[in-house]
Amino acid sequence: MRHLLSIADLSKPEAISILDTAVELARVSDGAVKKLPTLRGRTIVNLFAEDSTRTRISFEAAAKRLSADVINFSAKGSSLSKGESLKDTALTLQAMGADAVIIRHSSSGAPQRLADSSWMQGSVINAGDGTHEHPSQALLDAFTIRKHLGKGSSDLQGIKVAIVGDVLHSRVARSNVLLLNLLGAKVTLVAPPTLLPVGVESWPVAVSYNFDEVVASVDVVMMLRVQQERMSDLFFPNAREYSRYFGLNSERLAIMKPNSIVMHPGPMNRGLEISADVADSARSVIVEQVANGVSVRMAILYVLLAGQPLEVGGN
Amino acid sequence: MSQHYLLKNAQLPNGAMSDLLIVDGFISSIASNISGAEAQVIDVTGSVVLPGLVDLHTHLRQPGREDAETIYSGSRAGAKGGFTALSAMANTSPVADNAGVVEQVFRLGQEAGLLDVFPIGAVTRGLAGVELSEIGAMADSIAKVRVFSDDGHCVFDPLVMRRALEYIKKFGGVISQHAQEPRLTIGSQMNEGNVSSILGLKGWPAIAEEAIIARDVLLVDHVQSRLHIAHVTTAGGVEIIRWAKARGINVTAEVTPHHLLLTDELARSYDPVFKVNPPLRAEKDVMALREALADGTIDIVATDHAPHTSESKECEWSEASFGMIGLETALSIVQKTMVESGFMNWEQVADRLSTAPAKIAGYEHQGSNLKVGSSANLTVINPGKTWTVDRDLVASKSRNTPFHGYELPGVITHTFFNGSPTLLDGVLSSGGVH
Repeated sequence: MRHLLSIADLSKPEAISILDTAVELARVSDGAVKKLPTLRGRTIVNLFAEDSTRTRISFEAAAKRLSADVINFSAKGSSLSKGESLKDTALTLQAMGADAVIIRHSSSGAPQRLADSSWMQGSVINAGDGTHEHPSQALLDAFTIRKHLGKGSSDLQGIKVAIVGDVLHSRVARSNVLLLNLLGAKVTLVAPPTLLPVGVESWPVAVSYNFDEVVASVDVVMMLRVQQERMSDLFFPNAREYSRYFGLNSERLAIMKPNSIVMHPGPMNRGLEISADVADSARSVIVEQVANGVSVRMAILYVLLAGQPLEVGGN
Repeated sequence: MSQHYLLKNAQLPNGAMSDLLIVDGFISSIASNISGAEAQVIDVTGSVVLPGLVDLHTHLRQPGREDAETIYSGSRAGAKGGFTALSAMANTSPVADNAGVVEQVFRLGQEAGLLDVFPIGAVTRGLAGVELSEIGAMADSIAKVRVFSDDGHCVFDPLVMRRALEYIKKFGGVISQHAQEPRLTIGSQMNEGNVSSILGLKGWPAIAEEAIIARDVLLVDHVQSRLHIAHVTTAGGVEIIRWAKARGINVTAEVTPHHLLLTDELARSYDPVFKVNPPLRAEKDVMALREALADGTIDIVATDHAPHTSESKECEWSEASFGMIGLETALSIVQKTMVESGFMNWEQVADRLSTAPAKIAGYEHQGSNLKVGSSANLTVINPGKTWTVDRDLVASKSRNTPFHGYELPGVITHTFFNGSPTLLDGVLSSGGVH
């Protein structure tokens, strides 16, 4: 495995080995000394051509805990904002000897363009591309679900997950659908018909327009962020109506299964897709997702750059 | 002083074997065993001789984007692909919406001297879709424009479309419509369907094409004018045109070579060389287009040759320009998709790529279908040979072919334009003014 561009590139054993490696690496994060020397002398570039704080910080922390040298290259103030092409940026990074580029980009497929081109040789890690995929988010979500509901199993066989909200524009949803399906979970997408893509019928999921019919029967409710710009684009009449039909509030929380969990990739719109009391409730694992993100991203870097999964129980 | 040429052992489109003598720019004889002592003899055994190909949809980029293509370089690409006439689309800079620009394009084509360049005039000023361009002045100019199109943009406003269709009746013109409902295609990147749902690229739904085709066949019927649908890509569009023709509505339609072969699956690479407008569609659409071209529902093949500089394609998909070059591969793609699959014979190829487009546009001296006494515009293709497309070896100034690396059937060896070889045994003539 050289790149991580899409969950579709992963086999089930590869996905599980990343999750298992993350388990081991999480122990490092819990220790007094949070660093491993694994990637000492390796250069990792955070190429963030789109604003993102949490994912960039998470990858940066992951790389630093593995002792890599990290260069942050973000949109504002960089040559990317001055109209430099992706090609020229890649050539520059290659000339600087980047071993891996972690790329966030507003254009779907930009990481694959980088990986498939002859512009640079290093590993490419997709940190979210347009409305395509966000594989590290899906891996950290699977890690979190397995930790809570996996009952010692290596995969997510039989676990029922509802992904709720703006599926059409969500890279988190696309990666999660692929990974959850790969790991044996059963996914139901819940959204207004306007926020589901044409072609969703070819996806390995069930689809519902009715949150209330789904919420009581699933083990995981994964809420998606609703972008402010959707409000004015005819996807739904107004924020209140969206919230009423597709928001996760305390009434819906009350009918969820025992031991079920609430997830959100952040950043949340409190009061829109999720009410504040639900976000802060005992069922919410949203803050934990962030912590798990660092371990999972360490595992991704470890597997891609150190060339093998960490032996379970080793190191 | 004109050279005489004698093509020996040619297979005519109808399958008959014959010799063909070219004298002073005209076909002077088509018969067995012609002996032409003064003529240069070219043995074309194994090859098919077709009337020179006529493209009704070419982007030559001049004036304005001479870094992507010029009328000269596009003419060479055309000659290499067997074309003896191209139709220069109006979306240049400045736009071909007045007599000055179309006369400039026409004159540059004549100076290049490799084929006829017939300018297409814009329907609306600046392609803005609001006011009619100087349609009459372009028709009366030395370029004698008869085809009008806002290609790249749809003439969306139904009243503007109605008036344009009515106005061109004055001189027997035709409107070539780029059928794309703009509100349904804001920011669209590729065909809307299973593949776009996975790739997270904004969809360009088939309905956006079909809705405009449906509206415009009704409009043209109402005002009794003439409508041509550019680059049909959808099975649904084909059905509407079939229905319209059955009703006797005066509509013609074209399909591009790339839509006869490629599908939206290619977008999975995110390589913008496969980004085109209208987009590559699904397999069922490709098959419907082939059937429609074979049965005459779609009248012609047109290339929509759209050169772009490398920086317009070596980038992210959503940043890239729409379009692909096609002049040099068109006939081979038609052989591959239509002849080898048994959909059409060479006589139908001659019709769809020469006779019918010349007739739709009213081009004189083109599409004569190899009649004695007609202008010697013809192309020679050896269908038994294959070649490999190499984007670094194209005659076009741009390299954005989606067929790079494809092995294609049909090697074009000769093209004659008004009796002069513009392609002779695979070697391009340098032509006139560069």
